Amino acid sequence: MDATGVIFDIQRFSVHDGPGIRTTVFLKGCPLRCRWCHNPEGIFPEPELMFFEYKCISCGTCARVCPEKAIFFSPEGRKEKAFPKLEREKCTGCGVCAEACPSGAWRLVGKRITVGELISVLERDEVLYDRSQGGVTFSGGEPLFQPDFLFFALQACKERRIHTAVDTSGYASPAVLARIAPLADLFLFDLKPMDEEEHRRYTGVSNRIIHENLRALVRLGRPVVVRVPLIPGITDTERNIQALAGFLRELRHGIQGVDLLPYHDVAEKYQRLGRTYGMPSLSRPAEERVAELRDRLARAVFGR
Amino acid sequence: MAVEVEVERRRATIKPINERIARLREESVRAEVRVCAERARLITEFYKSGEAQGLPIPIQRALAFKYLMERVSLPVEEGQLIVGLRGTGPKMVPTYPEICVHSLKDLEILDARESMPYRVDEETKRLYAEEIIPFWQGKSMRDLIFSHLPQEWIDAYEAGVWTEFMEQRAPGHTAGGERIFQKGLLDIKEEIAQAMKSLDPADPEYYEKFVELKAMDIAADALLIYAERYAKKLEEMAKEEKDPERKRELLEMAEICRWVPAHPPRTFWEALQHYWFIHVGVTYETNPWDSFNPGRIDQHLYPFYQRDLGEGRLTRERAKELLQAFWLKFNNQPAVPKVGVTAEESFTYNDFSKLNLGGLKADGSDGVNELSFLILEVLEEMRTLQPNTAVLISNKTPDRFLIRALEVVAPGFGEPPLFNFDGVIVKMLRQGKTLEDARTSGVSGCVETGAFGKECYILTGYLNLPKILEITLHNGVDPRTGKKIGIETGDPREFRSYEDLWQAFLKQLEYFVTVKMKGNDIIEALYARHLPVPFLSLWIEDCVKNARDYNAGGARYNTQYLQIVGLGTLTNALSALKFHVFERKTFTMEEILRALSADFFGPYEITRQILLNKSPRYGEDDDYADSIAKAIVDEVVRLVESFPPTPVRRASRRVYFLPTTVHVYFGKVTGATPDGRKAGTPVSEGVSPVQGTDRKGIAAVFRSVAKCDWDKTGGALLNQKLSPDLLSDEESLRKLAQLIRVFFNLGGHHVQFNVVSAELLREAQRRPQDFQDLMVRVAGYSDYFVNLPRGLQEEIIARTEHKHW
Repeated sequence: MDATGVIFDIQRFSVHDGPGIRTTVFLKGCPLRCRWCHNPEGIFPEPELMFFEYKCISCGTCARVCPEKAIFFSPEGRKEKAFPKLEREKCTGCGVCAEACPSGAWRLVGKRITVGELISVLERDEVLYDRSQGGVTFSGGEPLFQPDFLFFALQACKERRIHTAVDTSGYASPAVLARIAPLADLFLFDLKPMDEEEHRRYTGVSNRIIHENLRALVRLGRPVVVRVPLIPGITDTERNIQALAGFLRELRHGIQGVDLLPYHDVAEKYQRLGRTYGMPSLSRPAEERVAELRDRLARAVFGR
Repeated sequence: MAVEVEVERRRATIKPINERIARLREESVRAEVRVCAERARLITEFYKSGEAQGLPIPIQRALAFKYLMERVSLPVEEGQLIVGLRGTGPKMVPTYPEICVHSLKDLEILDARESMPYRVDEETKRLYAEEIIPFWQGKSMRDLIFSHLPQEWIDAYEAGVWTEFMEQRAPGHTAGGERIFQKGLLDIKEEIAQAMKSLDPADPEYYEKFVELKAMDIAADALLIYAERYAKKLEEMAKEEKDPERKRELLEMAEICRWVPAHPPRTFWEALQHYWFIHVGVTYETNPWDSFNPGRIDQHLYPFYQRDLGEGRLTRERAKELLQAFWLKFNNQPAVPKVGVTAEESFTYNDFSKLNLGGLKADGSDGVNELSFLILEVLEEMRTLQPNTAVLISNKTPDRFLIRALEVVAPGFGEPPLFNFDGVIVKMLRQGKTLEDARTSGVSGCVETGAFGKECYILTGYLNLPKILEITLHNGVDPRTGKKIGIETGDPREFRSYEDLWQAFLKQLEYFVTVKMKGNDIIEALYARHLPVPFLSLWIEDCVKNARDYNAGGARYNTQYLQIVGLGTLTNALSALKFHVFERKTFTMEEILRALSADFFGPYEITRQILLNKSPRYGEDDDYADSIAKAIVDEVVRLVESFPPTPVRRASRRVYFLPTTVHVYFGKVTGATPDGRKAGTPVSEGVSPVQGTDRKGIAAVFRSVAKCDWDKTGGALLNQKLSPDLLSDEESLRKLAQLIRVFFNLGGHHVQFNVVSAELLREAQRRPQDFQDLMVRVAGYSDYFVNLPRGLQEEIIARTEHKHW
């Protein structure tokens, strides 16, 4: 129970991360670098700052309080509204600026939390899980990236009869997965490009171990729902869909379903983190197209 | 979602209706709201004639009502299936000079005001100048009330600490029960005769009772005359009618008018006509708050529906058409013209007739039936301002009914609101009602629980909690006027702890509530004596049996309510003071007071941001703030309930938490508050969190709200705004249904949804001509967005829009 982890959000009344009404815990830190990542604040394992420009009242408090002198604010001689500048390499993520910022424009994402503290939040919605047959989903980032914290959190949930799901990229050592597998009631398992080279190009890692881990989960008889982010021109291509269908057909007896997660633009989040978004401007796939692919996959994989 | 997409999606949800109803609807929706002088002219004529001089007041009132019913116009909307209408035509609104006599200036304001005008023609103005005003000035209930109230009451009223519900409108706030659908006026006249027989001359109240029964009997005759006049009129119309189909219909309607309201209804159609005659009677007799309503309509109508279907007299389609025709009758009777503070607190044409669906039956079994679904369908197709609805959800209510109701909510015109019926029963039982009377109860007005057909539950006005904090922070002085209107509870700069502040606030609260209660007693006595309602009394049990008027305590249950406003604002203000002044010591009380009196101008903007963003807030499932909210609710209930029953009606004292539109007015009269709210801006509404501060999602809002003990109140209103994307599929509706069930299991009383984006509302502000039909949820009712005053529009936009689940 004393294991600690770094999380960057707890989203209650989450309805898209598994059955029923759920509370989703986002664990910080991920070994992948997917270019389309829609939770960029979950990539680095340590706490970091996000800046919400629209909230800033240009008071300069942050620059005054920063112990590392990492924030600069010089409004003099400017016509338009001035905003503070952060030198991220100097920032230690101490959060003093976020604490002092009157308007909440600086937000520290990522905080260290014990399993006990986490559970006390999760327990608040027990009645909601009961009523809707929901539970808790661990997402990220990559939850398997903090295996001890995840292990004890899952165990604590199991003791309380709270249903759990782990939303994972599948990129973890087989030993870690084997330790977690019996504790989670459901795996939401993401599959990105099927082609290994492409996978490496868009996510920074090979997909071989990912595929191995999925096979292992199926062999262990653990409930799995496969989730595929639908990225225009990358994962929604004819070639990728066919390869995906072929791979999943092999595992069809061990998979409960295949979900498609249509791409959406999150460039703004990258700006708030002081990063650039690695994707060109793409439009969200049309609803009809998503439905069509969903049907095709269901037919090809499950024959229904 | 782009605005165009949202507009298109909304348009696509409009359902077709048949030609007759479409025509009637169009007429009703497009009709201009006008002041109709007929009633004022007739009632003045009657009292001037001297016919009633020297008679006891109840008899005077009954004869006046009869005079009206013998003479008022008998409009029939082209193609309508139900007759009877208050005023000379659709949306022609009568006035009630014996209650509130409008001045010429009032009439001019009503006519000319930009939002929600009541057109007044020259003839009406002339009549008012020459006849109405000279006769009634100084004699109306309003004049009488203000001349009796003590100065400290007037001071607080003028400062905006409270409003007074009965200054321009009569008590009412009730709904019909089974009695309405089971008794004809001849049965009731028989009851009156029986009651008369059993009067005991040795009873010290013998004479009052005798007079009241006599008045009731006259009032019963009055409506019989009205129905008979309609029967004749319909027969004459039939003679002239060329279309054989309509001719037959008119004759059938005439026949119905010859049966009801004299006898109990036998068919579905008769039941609707019967109720409607009574509705018109009640709303002609006085201008009662929340007009009147048929209560648990799916329960009352179901036996007629079933029998008619079984005997081949009715089809589902025809029942729907009749219900839709009935629907439009409500829409054709807008609220009476309100002026001054009354207009501020209830700025709407909506008159709050609320049709209840679902819930339980008297025997405790599930009340949902085919009609409950059919009426939801009617609601979905009609989309008119009136009537309002309430969907009562108990643990026994099937999910499919709740989900169907949410399907009607999803396109985003605000209706229907959802209520925790098991909680309603707990509230009723706590107040001492029988289990059966609790199960046949419901909600009227916005969220007000009551034992339908058996209870007189009078709302007496709104109480401005944030204003009382402001006065506490100024040691009894209203900083807006510099006038001392409260009591001295100490200089806040000398408070050593949060507890000191809290106790000072409670003392100030107690002082004001005491003054208000004294006023309530005076007003209750004045209404009991000067404005009895013998006609309404016929329909509420046990007025006839007790030979006592509804306004004098004749009903089986008597309750008096104070409506509390600004819970969210007060909670956040106290939380901010506790956290930043007494614990963190971020600021001294002196600094806070200076920032408040500067309205956070200039350098104090930083202070404001810290108070606003860096304090624990209500609505985010934070026990720090929520425990303050809970303590406020507990203390307000304890205080109000500590007063003895009222002198005349022997009513127990209770509280509701609801605002209608008064949160905008209360905001205008309240300076900056320590939660970072600027002076003059709206305070929070209902029990909803402060607009725009609930950032942790709807589940957290539900958790926060449910921590307060609403079972001790009569009801608490919660508004939530959802992004239209959230309710776009069946799965989302199902999950929202589950969430609502949990909220109700935890003790929430009510929730209603606006499913509309801020962008769409902004667009509607820019191009009002293109958004005439856009309806939004305000408080316990919906209204046309473009008709709302700007302040209210902004307040609705400022409410948090939950974009993610």
